[in-house]
Amino acid sequence: MQYPDFLALFGFGPQGWGAALLRGAGVTVLLALCGYALGTMLGGLAAWAKLSGRPVARAIASTYTTVLRGIPDLLVIYLFYFGGSQALTWLMGQLGRQGFVDLPGFVAGALAIGIVSGAQHTEVYRGAFRAVSTGEIEAGRAVGMSRTTLARRIVLPLVLRHALPGMGNVWQLTLKESALVSVTGVVELLRTAQIGSGSTGRPFDFFLAAALLYLGIASVSGVVFHRAEARTQRGQRR
Amino acid sequence: MDVAFLWQALLTLLPGVPLTLLLASLSVLLGFLIAAPVAAMRLWGPRWLRVLGSGYVFAFRSTPLLVQIFLIYYGLGQLESVRHSFLWPVLREPFWCAIIALSLNTGAYGSEILRGGFLSVPHGQIEAARAAGMAGWTTFRRVTFPLAIRQALPGYGNELVLMVKSTSLASIITLLEITGLAARLISETYRVIEVFVVAGLIYLALNFVLTTCVALMDRRLTAHLRPVNTPSMPGDPA
Repeated sequence: MQYPDFLALFGFGPQGWGAALLRGAGVTVLLALCGYALGTMLGGLAAWAKLSGRPVARAIASTYTTVLRGIPDLLVIYLFYFGGSQALTWLMGQLGRQGFVDLPGFVAGALAIGIVSGAQHTEVYRGAFRAVSTGEIEAGRAVGMSRTTLARRIVLPLVLRHALPGMGNVWQLTLKESALVSVTGVVELLRTAQIGSGSTGRPFDFFLAAALLYLGIASVSGVVFHRAEARTQRGQRR
Repeated sequence: MDVAFLWQALLTLLPGVPLTLLLASLSVLLGFLIAAPVAAMRLWGPRWLRVLGSGYVFAFRSTPLLVQIFLIYYGLGQLESVRHSFLWPVLREPFWCAIIALSLNTGAYGSEILRGGFLSVPHGQIEAARAAGMAGWTTFRRVTFPLAIRQALPGYGNELVLMVKSTSLASIITLLEITGLAARLISETYRVIEVFVVAGLIYLALNFVLTTCVALMDRRLTAHLRPVNTPSMPGDPA
């Protein structure tokens, strides 16, 4: 059993995989951030649609959240990865450009996890908006605030305060979902570990290293969200 | 839309349903057998067991399920002690590796749900049972456990749906459940949208049945909370 050189394997020397794994971790974080950013926008839009009285908008938003909470994320990633290139090829064909156009795996993956996390964001925002007491909104109106001022000064800060714990949960979910994008060949953390284990024949060490890096990213972002929560609750009496 | 192809896709994907259900039900069952003792360890155990329990929950909740699956399926084979042990015939099979990974994963989430259920039991209820002369075990069996389960059921129902979705990851280690068959069909026919729609509908139908069952069970367990239909008396205010 040749085990001793764990440090050499994951170090930063010429034989070490440390740099490659860290680069993969960087791609993972970037991928999750892109998906998360898309998710916040989609979630905000869908939450607004659900809370507005408009029946059509509400129906579209509830279909969106129900469907995405009921089907596996992996299927959504396949849809965007395989379907994205097809759609792009078709679109370019319409514009007069022939030949197959490939949608980069990173873009397809970010779109897919963004749409999945958007459905989770929707419920978080909706719950947070519900938690804002009507008295605060009425008070804002009573002092003569316009709708935009009311939204900017009263509603959004309060929604953010109630939504932050849920948003932290969604971030952790998005981070873990980004690992699924490795099936499309994007060289993020898990894919790097796969490549490494393939070329060294030490899958246990590599997947353990990947797991530890995921654990590290999750812990660090957990601290960040915790700080942010504490900040939004500065003015609150306990 | 090509109805004939949709029908063909449905016939191709339906044989994957039993495997998906088997993976989900077996791992939820085994996961519960892990979750219950872990929750008990964290609630009532001595300090070292509590730390052990939280470590397990933290590790499995903060890393992607796919990494856990790879670590067990590809990783364990690297360790010679595992390859020569009596467990190797089990750990060689992708099916059992998927079951082990899924069970350990849902065990971590499930233990949190159960722990939350137990923590939500009002102290007064336990004191009342003590005051009525119930011994420790009787109190647990008649008061604490039923109340905790009732509280935990909706959360566990959610976990069931998540597990059905998670079984799709087993397709990455060669198991041909619904997603595995769908991925194969996509690569054979390049008809992404149709296959996605059919596979998505199957998952939605499965999860709909599941949530309905959980809702029925929840109704039974919370029968006392529903308003009783009393026949109205003459002279009652309408």
